[in-house]
Amino acid sequence: MTQVTDAPARSRAQIAAKTLRKDQWWRQPAVNATFLGIAVIYLTWASLVNNHYYAAPLISPLYSPCLATTCTAHAGFSWIPWVAGLTPAILIIWGPMGFRFTCYYYRKAYYRAFWQSPGACAVREPHAKYTGETRFPLILQNAHRYFFYVAIIFNLILTADAVFAFRNAGGGWGHMSLGTIVLIVNAGLLWLYSLSCHACRHVTGGRLKHFSKHPLRYKAWTFVSRLNAQHMQLAWISLGFVCFTDLYIRLVSAGVFHNPQFF
Amino acid sequence: MGNKVKLRVWRGDAGKGDLVDYEVESNEGEVVLDVLHRLQATQAGDLAVRWNCKAGKCGSCSMEINGRPRLGCMTRMSLFEPDETITVTPMRTFPVIRDLVTDVSFNFEKARQIPSFTPDPSIGLGEFRMQQVDVQRSQEFRKCIECFLCQNVCHVIRDHEENMPAYAGPRFLMRIAELEMHPADTADRREIAQDDFGLGMCNITKCCTEVCPENIHITDNALIPLKERVVSRKYDPLVWLGDKITRRVHQDTQKVPGKSSGHGAARSDSRAKPGRGRHQR
Repeated sequence: MTQVTDAPARSRAQIAAKTLRKDQWWRQPAVNATFLGIAVIYLTWASLVNNHYYAAPLISPLYSPCLATTCTAHAGFSWIPWVAGLTPAILIIWGPMGFRFTCYYYRKAYYRAFWQSPGACAVREPHAKYTGETRFPLILQNAHRYFFYVAIIFNLILTADAVFAFRNAGGGWGHMSLGTIVLIVNAGLLWLYSLSCHACRHVTGGRLKHFSKHPLRYKAWTFVSRLNAQHMQLAWISLGFVCFTDLYIRLVSAGVFHNPQFF
Repeated sequence: MGNKVKLRVWRGDAGKGDLVDYEVESNEGEVVLDVLHRLQATQAGDLAVRWNCKAGKCGSCSMEINGRPRLGCMTRMSLFEPDETITVTPMRTFPVIRDLVTDVSFNFEKARQIPSFTPDPSIGLGEFRMQQVDVQRSQEFRKCIECFLCQNVCHVIRDHEENMPAYAGPRFLMRIAELEMHPADTADRREIAQDDFGLGMCNITKCCTEVCPENIHITDNALIPLKERVVSRKYDPLVWLGDKITRRVHQDTQKVPGKSSGHGAARSDSRAKPGRGRHQR
């Protein structure tokens, strides 16, 4: 009679080390955490400080469109009654902030850099439990597409700001300064960042099954896909340039230096 | 005549084992798998290592080399310093059979659960026509050699074994994406991708893409597009409103047997034959 025995229970290789990687795996998350941290601290401070955001005809991207009644004269629309001490940036900052926070690239960057989930590939994460983006609040990451639409509206407004920067301080058209170039580059980078986003890639054509039936959308998708390959670089460059643009206008407005006028 | 290299290899079975040090000869141009074979031939005749093609196409020799998931046959010895100790361990996510050989049957179970290719039954054999542009996206995913390095490195199951029943892993989410993008497929797997295959657990940290020996852009070209499709199906209020106004009923594929996501009742009215009434895009 043949005796049947169960195979021994199989389990994973028990290796105590958090990782056996020998390269500097911690460097990239550390660099990301540092630069993201600097950007978040600067942008939070610049949004809350509520001054020096307008130097005619230049307006900081953090305060545009300035919708509150408390906005600096000629800086905005004065539509919404607002408390004097409270920064008007609060009214609008949720839009671009939400777009970047839910961005697929930034998610990767901050999940790795701040939440260590995981810190790097094949490095054990420190959490006992993991549910990913299945529950509140992270399930809200699925709203990225809507923040993309909001970001497009902001891009249109910031593009208009760049066009209005072809005026002089008195409002006369046909002038140009270094600040004009700063606003144009800022708007251009924000367009590139937004159009390279994965949600944009989906809505332009990614959702289709038959590219051959939609040749124009296929071309649009191909263009966005090409940009999408540079999404990480565009995310960093555009973030850095938003900070620079605000700083430039802030320094001009504070009188630290004069905005060079070309004509 | 080659030089001696220091190897530290995990030896054991049923999860019990240890790292054992060896010194093995290595010749110019060799890969880690060559050195493991020499170790097997000269010092450790009972060393278990799975391999087949030695050309990076069969996906058999997946292992972790200095902590990084790699194919043994595609990892050149010249990557390492001459005096460096090279640590070779089995894939950590899967149970060990012996030494460097793991039981990857988890992956085959997940593969079986995915509703298969479902062409429109009203189109006869040989009648369907599609252009190259329609299939080129999914052709990238067909490069997969099923080495399961992406499954191994994914922290969702690597660091949380308890998630294995609920999460299919990048390789099989990519398979679902491939079918969803196929122009001749009519089934709608978006809801089960989220509910039964755990797409929501993926936090797109791209380790699967980093380790893929075929350089498939798993995250950017499969997982994120699939996430966006799931958003349209489950989380987009405008789509929901449009469905209500046009009274469109989604023809979701059948729930995966044995999965308990709690959505069965809500979906019971939409369990129809695949291929009938799906909104064709």
